[in-house]
Amino acid sequence: MASPDGVHGTAGAAEAHPIFGKLTWDVFPFFYDPIIGATFIGTVLIGLAAVGAVTYYKLWGYLWNEWFTSIDHKKIGIMYMVLGTVMLIRGFADALLMRGHQALASAGYIGYLPPHHYDQVFTAHGVIMIFFVAMPFVTGFMNYVMPLQIGARDVAFPFLNNFSFWLTVSGAVLIMASLFIGEFATVGWLAYPPLSGLKFSPGVGMDYYLWSLNIAGIGTTLSGINLIVTLVKMRAPGMTWMKMPVFCWTTLCTNVLIVATFPVLTATLALLTADRYIGTHFFTNELGGNPMMYVNLIWIWGHPEVYILTLPVFGIFSEIVPAFTGKRLFGYTSMVYATCVIMILSYIVWLHHFFTMGAGADVNSFFGITTMVISIPTGAKIFNWLFTMYKGRIRFEVPMLWVIGFMLTFVIGGMTGVLLAVPPADYVLHNSLFLVAHFHNVIIGGVVFGIFAGINFWWPKAFGFKLDPFWGKVSFWGWLIGFYFAFMPLYVLGLMGVTRRLSQFEDTIYAGYFVTALVGALCVAVGIVAFVVQIVVSIRKREALKDITGDPWNGRTLEWSTASPPPYYNFAFSPRVYDLDAWHHMKSHGHRRPQDGFVPIHMPHSTATGIILSGLMTIMGFALVWHIWWLAALTFVASLAYGIFHTFNYDRDYYVPAEEVAEIEGARTKLMLEPAE
Amino acid sequence: MLAVSLAVFLAGCELVVLNPAGDVATQQGQLIVYSTVLMLIVIVPVMALTIFFAFHYRSSNKKARYEPDWDHSISLEIVVWSVPLAIISCLAGLTWVATHRLDPYEPLRRISAEVPVDPEVDPLIIQVVALDWKWMFIYPEQGIATVNEVAAVVDQPIEFQLTSDTVMNSFYVPALSGMIYAMAGMQTELNAVINEPGIYKGFSANYSGAGFSQMRFDFHGLSPEEFSGWVAHVRTDGSYLSEDEFVELARPSIGNPVEYYSGIETGLWDKILNMCAGGDALCRNDMMMVDALGGGGLEGLYNRDLYRGFCSVDDTQALYLMLRPDMRERSDEILAAISGKPTDLQAEIVETYVDEG
Amino acid sequence: MMHTPTDLGLGALKDEEPTFDFYVTEDHHDDEDHHGHEAGTMLGFWLYLMSDCLIFGILFAVYAVLGQSYAAGPAPVDLFEIDMILVSTFMLLFSSITYGFAVIDMQMGRQRNMIRWLIVTGLFGFAFLGLELREFGHLWHIGATPMASAFLSSFYFLVGTHGLHVTAGCIWLCVLLTQVQMHGLTAENKRRILCLSLFWHFLDLIWIGVFSFVYLTGVLL
Repeated sequence: MASPDGVHGTAGAAEAHPIFGKLTWDVFPFFYDPIIGATFIGTVLIGLAAVGAVTYYKLWGYLWNEWFTSIDHKKIGIMYMVLGTVMLIRGFADALLMRGHQALASAGYIGYLPPHHYDQVFTAHGVIMIFFVAMPFVTGFMNYVMPLQIGARDVAFPFLNNFSFWLTVSGAVLIMASLFIGEFATVGWLAYPPLSGLKFSPGVGMDYYLWSLNIAGIGTTLSGINLIVTLVKMRAPGMTWMKMPVFCWTTLCTNVLIVATFPVLTATLALLTADRYIGTHFFTNELGGNPMMYVNLIWIWGHPEVYILTLPVFGIFSEIVPAFTGKRLFGYTSMVYATCVIMILSYIVWLHHFFTMGAGADVNSFFGITTMVISIPTGAKIFNWLFTMYKGRIRFEVPMLWVIGFMLTFVIGGMTGVLLAVPPADYVLHNSLFLVAHFHNVIIGGVVFGIFAGINFWWPKAFGFKLDPFWGKVSFWGWLIGFYFAFMPLYVLGLMGVTRRLSQFEDTIYAGYFVTALVGALCVAVGIVAFVVQIVVSIRKREALKDITGDPWNGRTLEWSTASPPPYYNFAFSPRVYDLDAWHHMKSHGHRRPQDGFVPIHMPHSTATGIILSGLMTIMGFALVWHIWWLAALTFVASLAYGIFHTFNYDRDYYVPAEEVAEIEGARTKLMLEPAE
Repeated sequence: MLAVSLAVFLAGCELVVLNPAGDVATQQGQLIVYSTVLMLIVIVPVMALTIFFAFHYRSSNKKARYEPDWDHSISLEIVVWSVPLAIISCLAGLTWVATHRLDPYEPLRRISAEVPVDPEVDPLIIQVVALDWKWMFIYPEQGIATVNEVAAVVDQPIEFQLTSDTVMNSFYVPALSGMIYAMAGMQTELNAVINEPGIYKGFSANYSGAGFSQMRFDFHGLSPEEFSGWVAHVRTDGSYLSEDEFVELARPSIGNPVEYYSGIETGLWDKILNMCAGGDALCRNDMMMVDALGGGGLEGLYNRDLYRGFCSVDDTQALYLMLRPDMRERSDEILAAISGKPTDLQAEIVETYVDEG
Repeated sequence: MMHTPTDLGLGALKDEEPTFDFYVTEDHHDDEDHHGHEAGTMLGFWLYLMSDCLIFGILFAVYAVLGQSYAAGPAPVDLFEIDMILVSTFMLLFSSITYGFAVIDMQMGRQRNMIRWLIVTGLFGFAFLGLELREFGHLWHIGATPMASAFLSSFYFLVGTHGLHVTAGCIWLCVLLTQVQMHGLTAENKRRILCLSLFWHFLDLIWIGVFSFVYLTGVLL
């Protein structure tokens, strides 16, 4: 809804009503925007169907007791993955809208998205893909896999883990709410002021952005602290640092980065929030404010964030390659050091995101060179995977396909990244579609490929049956081919001097490339649909794909030593570790699964506090977006009170009796001895 | 796959970034090519090895060697770390040199690969203002201004001085040179030259709101005669750009047509740069000077107007009277605050201080 | 596909006994678990404090950038009453000392003494907050609001964020006092008291930064 003179978004720019705040009937865009209207109807129908199904099968109690309030790291991990998948579909719908619109607009048509809508779409796409797709996926993996790999029974703070998850959901809910109630921000995913300030973005879109990311960001910080403590304190006896699987190392480095950078994001967004809500002058043009400071601060968070996403998937690849080549990982030590070096270097490169802001040549070349230096440990990692394949016996199961796809694709992205780190080259490529192609090249070719590799790899661990390989391959080829068709033209367009975030073009010479990119996006759509089909088909064929060994890939790390799916206590006895690739060592040194002598196991209770607190904070965020002050105050006080109330509960854990452990383990033994059909 | 896609896409398209018309952009484009070639030295073997290993060590190929416990080799580790290190060292050297040579703030050293800059010829100064959503260009020497159209003389250095009257934008003419941000209350600079006559596209390369897509202009590379003709044309066709006219112009508009101004109000650029054109806001330079002198005190909260024209009063005595009494007492601090390169006026203030204090 | 029992790690051992003891089979009910948990909590709390420290780090950096952008308005010399700030600084320093006494009493198991010292600590905390509110109220009254200049924005945010932390600390202290009354000096409560103690000393440390960097520098330079 653009105002008559075409100024920036205005939904909810009116004076606040004492009860309803800025909420009025005009803020519901589905009344006048056919695209949002159709999406709304679709979402409502799917939502009703889901709610209806859950009610019909009487699953509410099950979901509440076994999932929503669960503090089991495995269930929380799976819930993160579900969140990531749902948001991937939303984020990808935005991508398709943009690709379709640009293909039309570049061919001389007006397209179907007016600027105000288009600007929301690209902002939402970026925010959702980074914060609510990539982050939940990697956090989900770290949550699910890492405790199993270190032989632990849960994370250090199981309740906090549940709370972190629901805070992330809370942020996602707010973003989704902005689609149907009001509008989203029209500022680009990092919301540079002064554009994102009150003067230039008076609507509620920016406020959705701020509260959504603030709430989700706090959840991420808490989760980071939790996983670091888990790794430091809860490794199985004998697992020294240098016997820890590489995925655990990357998890450690990632979470150190999270704890050391997400507070920067929180503080920066809080200052921008203050500019918008109180009228302070941190990042305004007036009265001494300094927008350049925001650009610096947001990238001090933003660049490490890139590594927060890529390090865990480097870990995933480092687990998959040895498993499917049947070999020890080449250069474990150098892999570990490379990870740590990347972690440290990622802090001192942030300025390469704005060479064009007018810093001097000394500063620019310093940051350019530090950026290039990161490619040395990254290059070493690629070589290490390569030499792990050397003299191996490579089985091309679906996870390994993703790894090969990654290695071929990621090096291109790495190369264009180093190119962009050369300041004079960046002067001509900055903010261009070349840049867009570059970061999609590393994020799709690295992070997304890694996520799908990981899902295919660990799915049998989580559910006890493999994913269907045929649909897995369809998904892989859809993504791989789609990626090249969608982004290679963007590299070329960047070299043709086309900048990003354009919704209209004055020239039709670009049309061919944009249409090709649209075709690529459609191929990726096939990949995504195939992924969903793969899951559905696999669930239906679960008996045929069943794995009773708990170790379907001949794995090497401890997660494969327990049942699939693992019992809620993970390990009947904590494993002792003697070597890197502990499970491989156990298998090759006469390991026998213990059958008796079980002892009680100390486990935490489930709690509803996480979901209740996050629910209250979601409402608070919504109330703050719409300036419904009484509701914001009420929910704030309520969440404070409920949080305090929670601390009065001292009964947080219990012992699983030895008999129960014996029963569960006995059942598994029985199952394993039955001949599989 | 890369090679195939490159071959398909590069055939017959206009890669203005690699094939520009200005010397600065040419050097930047060459740098892209050199860096890419340098990196391909390592990228191509890695990709080839990946495919070869994946094929050769497939599990069905029982002839390939299988050494499940081989996981370490000092010599390979050295290669693994030193090859990227060597490439990056070369690239780092190239980066350092190129970044300094192509610093947009530095005056040009050459017109093209063959022609050095003639020290006799002054650069053409163009002041650029980013507005919602159009570009305004002021020619201080010619005394004219334009909107969404800019012209320069072929083979004569151009010095752009840039600011914004709104949000952050990035000034970019791909055929001419790299981009630089235009930000409110600040001046950035860009030195460039156009070597071939023609009309080139320019636009904002930093998203700035609803009208961003239409925030375009044409950059004309003209011969000296054509340029004089163009200036004369602007003078005859244009109207006068007063401060009020500028305020009208600065209102948000999308797809603004080209406009010419035959004359501009004196000091308008300074006012725009200091964010006080047309408004009653205290100019930023005045504000910063007051701040450097220790702030405007509590009275400044209610009456910032007290300090209007602080930087531009001619008479030092009058300026001295504008200083708060406690400022006058703290002369050494103020000396420290405006140390560096004091302008004549500042030097005079300081002198007055020292004399009286 | 058939699995042999040996495959699955189920069969009896053939020849040799395993040379490795692959599992922790002894039952360490109550001891190791709880100690491990406690150490984990303290580490986690340290990490939280470090992340919080980073938030303050950003606010200090922002103050360093914007602290001289007075927008032709008042500067620190025009605003700060250093005497009162000194008083409130001592309030906070004393509260740290009294918290230290409380922890000594806690370790000696002297619950009543500990509670007394915690109450004194809380009172100092509230006194500090009172003085801070008085200062903010005064500044607001004369028009030096956070909206008046970038300097004031960054000043209010740095000092105010610290104040909010102290408020949270005071609320936490009240909650803990109730919990100690209810359950006594259990291991869990002791851990909480130690966490709050870390938090409290941390805030003291931040305040020393604020005092020297904002107030002293502001008035002296």
